[in-house]
Amino acid sequence: MSDMEIPVGPQHPALKEPESFRFELEGEIVKSVDIRLGYVHRGIERACQDRTWIQAVYLIERICGICSHSHTTCFCQAVEDIAGLEVPRRARYIRSLIGEMERIHSHLLWLGLAGHEVGFDTLFMYAWRDREVILDALEAISGNRVNYGMNTIGGVRRDLSDRDVEELRSAIRILEERAGYYTDIALEESTFRGRLEGVGKITKQQAIDLGTVGPTARAAGVNVDLRRDDPYAAYGEIPFNVVTAEDGDLLAAAQVRLGEIRESIRIMKYILDNLPDGPIAVKAPRRIPPGEACSRYEAPRGEDIHYVRSSGGDKPDRVKVRAPTLANLNAVAESMKGVRVADIPIIIAGIDPCFSCTDRLVRLQDRTSGRVEVLRWQDLSRRYRR
Amino acid sequence: MLLEKRRLAFTGSTDPENGFDMTVINDLFKILVFPGFLFVVNLGLFLEWVDRKIYARLQNRIGPPWYQPWLDVLKLFSKEDVIPEGASSFMFTWLPVFYLAVTVTAFLCIPVGAYAAVYSFPGDLIVVLFLLTLATIILFLLGWYSGSPFGRVGAVRAVTQFLAYEVPLVAALLTQALLADSWSISLVMARTTVGFPRFVGVHLIALAVALISLQGKLLRVPFDAPEAETEIVAGPLTEYTGRRLAFIRLAERTEMAVGVGLVSDLFLPFPARLGVFGFVISTILVTFVLSVLRASVARFRIEDTTVLAWKYILPFSALGMVLAIIVRG
Repeated sequence: MSDMEIPVGPQHPALKEPESFRFELEGEIVKSVDIRLGYVHRGIERACQDRTWIQAVYLIERICGICSHSHTTCFCQAVEDIAGLEVPRRARYIRSLIGEMERIHSHLLWLGLAGHEVGFDTLFMYAWRDREVILDALEAISGNRVNYGMNTIGGVRRDLSDRDVEELRSAIRILEERAGYYTDIALEESTFRGRLEGVGKITKQQAIDLGTVGPTARAAGVNVDLRRDDPYAAYGEIPFNVVTAEDGDLLAAAQVRLGEIRESIRIMKYILDNLPDGPIAVKAPRRIPPGEACSRYEAPRGEDIHYVRSSGGDKPDRVKVRAPTLANLNAVAESMKGVRVADIPIIIAGIDPCFSCTDRLVRLQDRTSGRVEVLRWQDLSRRYRR
Repeated sequence: MLLEKRRLAFTGSTDPENGFDMTVINDLFKILVFPGFLFVVNLGLFLEWVDRKIYARLQNRIGPPWYQPWLDVLKLFSKEDVIPEGASSFMFTWLPVFYLAVTVTAFLCIPVGAYAAVYSFPGDLIVVLFLLTLATIILFLLGWYSGSPFGRVGAVRAVTQFLAYEVPLVAALLTQALLADSWSISLVMARTTVGFPRFVGVHLIALAVALISLQGKLLRVPFDAPEAETEIVAGPLTEYTGRRLAFIRLAERTEMAVGVGLVSDLFLPFPARLGVFGFVISTILVTFVLSVLRASVARFRIEDTTVLAWKYILPFSALGMVLAIIVRG
């Protein structure tokens, strides 16, 4: 078969969000890949500047449909840092609790998707069924399945009742058993294992050089975890292990994520046993004093960074978000070289990509002439009005 | 041909009252209604439902209601039909029709339980296998002429996989034919599946090989690389829509009915004993096994499929054949 180019994206069944990967093939072997981002740019950073600090929290929550709590926590920490607010201890514990629940449901989602990408739909259905356990628990606590709306500047908005704690404990019992089952399936079932082993491999040095974060880095043996390295919320007081693996392939990534589900369950148990009493929030001023802050958060996919600047008004001056997917995309491009078409979807899915969180700009470029255009909102509405 | 011959043989039966040949109606009924076109298409759609329902239950889902496959096809017939720019319009239009024609013709040679096939003759087993091979070639052409890179990758994978499963499939059926000392499906049925089988071990080897290669023939998980959704969208079928896709869907279901029916007839005891009812029961049983296989594994890469077929399944099927030759003396 002669050389050909296959487009994976912007619309493709393997991608859950539109983003373009163009593969040049030689037979079934990938020669090179051209990654083009920007298809789901939403302008959230700019929109934050037109909203008050509290409104911005709700907008930030909608950066990501999976790690919504990660982004708000990261943003609130930055703002609290600027305003010099001391978050109560109980609020910090609740933030960590929700953060770990989010990690569990995110990793279960990844496991299901990984199963789907390699044609193992039964694993997909099972993992997503049990993900409902944690989503139901989140709904019981916060009233929402996805965008929990738990965070506010200065603390959290909802307290945990004794009934919530009891419900969580029973959810944990189910999850503990299921997590063990999935570890067995994913790491023992030979056809599934065969599709992950040795695929999408990066070395430890490459992982460091390419600036990977989160489970992708830990799977290659890089021992980083902000919860331990730069503790925030309640993590400084909670004992837990950082899960790492050595091989740097997707099987290692699966091992790390499944191990993290078990660690998250341990952290949840510790938090429920040691939940301190007290208020859940301090009152935040309407105007945040001038200043700037950078906040880091270990999201399920890796390090999430928010930069916030205030000029003393009731609106943010500048908000900058660096989602973990952007840091991991270089590793995808690197590990694509020389792989087979069959492994493309699982390698892309291997970093657990979240494209709409990543996109920061759209570049309008004519494919033939290479001319770049800048369009204003008015131009767009004039040109595409119906 | 068939009609012509029958008419010559039965000229005496022409109804003198209106001068009309009743055997023509009889033949047309057999070809178009039972056990021909209508029966096999509906059997195929029914087996699709059985497959989807079992697959869903194994995945802890509810699954579709029994009439869902029919609704799907009806809806496809009403949908917009697009011929892509890069596609060959002639091939794009006619290949789906040929596909359906080939698979339905293959079924005409398959006895429905004790009910004789529409067209039965010594060597019809070879014809069925040939027509099934033709179906795969048509699938290749479908993808190749659809003008899509996904279609082309899928087409090449389809023929690559064909090289992997075809030899074991033929060898497994040949084992049955050797044991029965005949190439006629109905004779093999009569000789091997009625009464307690004398060579259970050999039958079982052939059955296992036949089931696995049939899974490959029908492009089902773990051998669905040619149509792997997450990799190449729908492989050869990527560009197809509307009526043409409906034809392909029907052809694929018919192919499933042919493959499953063939294995049921040749290996299971029920079709020969319980007639049409036994035939349907057997096809459900075989579908059940194929569904469980589909639900319990991940997809193989195309090169893994080839290695698996040539390294493990082929020697196994050859063993069955050698044993068959030895026990038959």
